[in-house]
Amino acid sequence: MSAVAIQVSGISKRYRRGMAATSGLLRDSLALAFRSPLRLLRRERTENFWALNDVSLEVCEGEVLGLIGRNGSGKTTLLKILSRITRPTAGWAEVHGRVGSLLEVGTGFHPELTGRENTYLSGAILGMGKQEITRKFDEIVSFAELEKFIDTPVKHYSSGMYVRLAFAIAAHLEPEILLVDEVLAVGDIKFQKKCLGKMGDVARAGRTIILVSHQLNQIRRLCQRAVWVDGGLVRQIGPTPEVVSAYESAMSSPDRTSGRGASSRSQKARFLSWRIQNSYIDSTHRLESVGPVSFSFQLEVHSPIRFAHHGIALFDSERRLMWAQSSDDILFDPGIHELTYSFPFLPLCPRSYNWQLSLWDDSGNVDLWEALPELIVAAPNYQHAKDEWNGMLNLPTSLSITSKG
Amino acid sequence: MASVTSNPRVAAPLAPHAATSGTIRIEPPSGWFELRLEELWEYRELLYFFVWRDVKIRYKQTAIGILWVVIQPLLTMLVASLFFGRLAKLPSQGLPYPVFCFAALVPWTYFSAALLSATSVMVDNQRVITKVYFPRLILPFSAVLSGLVDLAIGLVVLLIFAFAFGIRPTVTVLLVPLFILLAVLTALGVGLWLSALNALYRDVKYVTPFLVQFWTLASPVYYSSNMVPERYRWIYGLNPMAGVIDGFRWALTGTGHPPSSSLFASTTMVLLLVLGGLVFFNRMEGSIADRV
Repeated sequence: MSAVAIQVSGISKRYRRGMAATSGLLRDSLALAFRSPLRLLRRERTENFWALNDVSLEVCEGEVLGLIGRNGSGKTTLLKILSRITRPTAGWAEVHGRVGSLLEVGTGFHPELTGRENTYLSGAILGMGKQEITRKFDEIVSFAELEKFIDTPVKHYSSGMYVRLAFAIAAHLEPEILLVDEVLAVGDIKFQKKCLGKMGDVARAGRTIILVSHQLNQIRRLCQRAVWVDGGLVRQIGPTPEVVSAYESAMSSPDRTSGRGASSRSQKARFLSWRIQNSYIDSTHRLESVGPVSFSFQLEVHSPIRFAHHGIALFDSERRLMWAQSSDDILFDPGIHELTYSFPFLPLCPRSYNWQLSLWDDSGNVDLWEALPELIVAAPNYQHAKDEWNGMLNLPTSLSITSKG
Repeated sequence: MASVTSNPRVAAPLAPHAATSGTIRIEPPSGWFELRLEELWEYRELLYFFVWRDVKIRYKQTAIGILWVVIQPLLTMLVASLFFGRLAKLPSQGLPYPVFCFAALVPWTYFSAALLSATSVMVDNQRVITKVYFPRLILPFSAVLSGLVDLAIGLVVLLIFAFAFGIRPTVTVLLVPLFILLAVLTALGVGLWLSALNALYRDVKYVTPFLVQFWTLASPVYYSSNMVPERYRWIYGLNPMAGVIDGFRWALTGTGHPPSSSLFASTTMVLLLVLGGLVFFNRMEGSIADRV
């Protein structure tokens, strides 16, 4: 049994609702004081929101721990407390060793500065010393494959180049404890693998890592143990396979609370799960090309539905509608049905997307499902090298020029 | 394997400025003063990088870069010389009015710029503050220190300028750094308050320009502090910048007031401001990442 690297004991974090959003102006505070002078005295009664509630856990030295849970469940708050960005409201934690935190890609990057300057700046902000950066500089640049552009201001970088440099710096951090938040979900797939490999090396070198991710396969691959955080509480903690499968089944079980209003509940039928068809097991929710591709959605029907109306929509992470379709007059008998949508091509830009599925009958809504997990698109980027010229369609193209004498 | 990682020598040399390999205890803010100046020292390289970044960016974003530093006080001096020197004929302690005025504008420009950048420093660095830990105190320090490059350039121009007017520096010029230090401390003392307040209330960034404007008039920039009646002089001396500007002018030109009891009042005032600012900033530090 190795020594404890991180001990968390009864950590709670309270946010005053709207604290970050509305406290910006003195005027607002004054106005509030005028309108309801007593309210200032009864502050405790105003809306509090517990992002974390009595969380306790231990992480051993050299262990890679995965943190899973829905958005807003408190995972990031826990990382922020452990990396000392914010203070807890109650409880305590002890961290034994030097901590590095990666909560964002390109922390501290400034667009006007060159790649070289940003390497030093970001490296220093993430916790490296000047000498350490100088020593690793060439390694970082070649890892990022940016030798030619290192003296170009990063505002001229493509998003891919930007991410590569940011990762390369992050990958060369050597703290004893590394806290990583979801940052590995971007970037092109080849480079992601390289980073994962580097992180794997780091883990094998005996460093302690806490990794937050929605990509459960990543958690499965990298973590020995996992913690499932739900509504600010630790719901389950244990070996990764157990926790991840409990989480997965909860996400697709009927009493899941996310994305399904109580009013839309119905006993007649419900959507269960979705996956990419014919994909090898590792990437059932991850699309690595622009097609062809088929998605299948499992629908469980309890009582027969006549004249069903079924809709499907695909949203991007900013809730912009990418595509939608509907079908009428379908007949569903009781049993499990698989609805398969085939796309000859699906030119989506590499990021995350959400499916929304609905089923109606003549008496109203039967099921409305915000599908989980999200669809991660990790196709190569076929677009312009510059961010500002990246559009919605990720289409491979070729240019041919014919000239006439 | 455990023995490798628990060996502090493996990580420590790589991390000259980061937190040491010891144990960090994370607790709710106690509300008591918990200033960790030794931590500030550990992070001195990061302070250097923030200052370096500010200086680089300032000169990269402008077309004529460094010239701005000179043009602004020069133009102000020209206008002031015309109105206050020529038309209003304000006394200038036996110095040519342009030199008299420019000698004050160099430290004053530094001071006002430092206040403005300290006010916005927490909000400007919001992304970094919410993504990574470092002693937040570094930010107001860097805001105040990064203006020193401009001040140095202004100082060189001032020396040339005074030389052109036939003023030869005397041995008192050796005291200039002392007054610069006093200016830095004043900017830091006030900057600590303003940066923490602006993180809480964004209104502060509208207040600071007013503050600077009033403060200019309350300091001997365009007029000589001789014009202040003797019996009010000590109150006047409570404005630390009065001591800084008078002292700066005296040290550079060898004429005017030598520092006196008003300088003592100024220094005391500065130290109180810095101490109070540190305490106030420290109280706010714990919640700043939740607020910005």
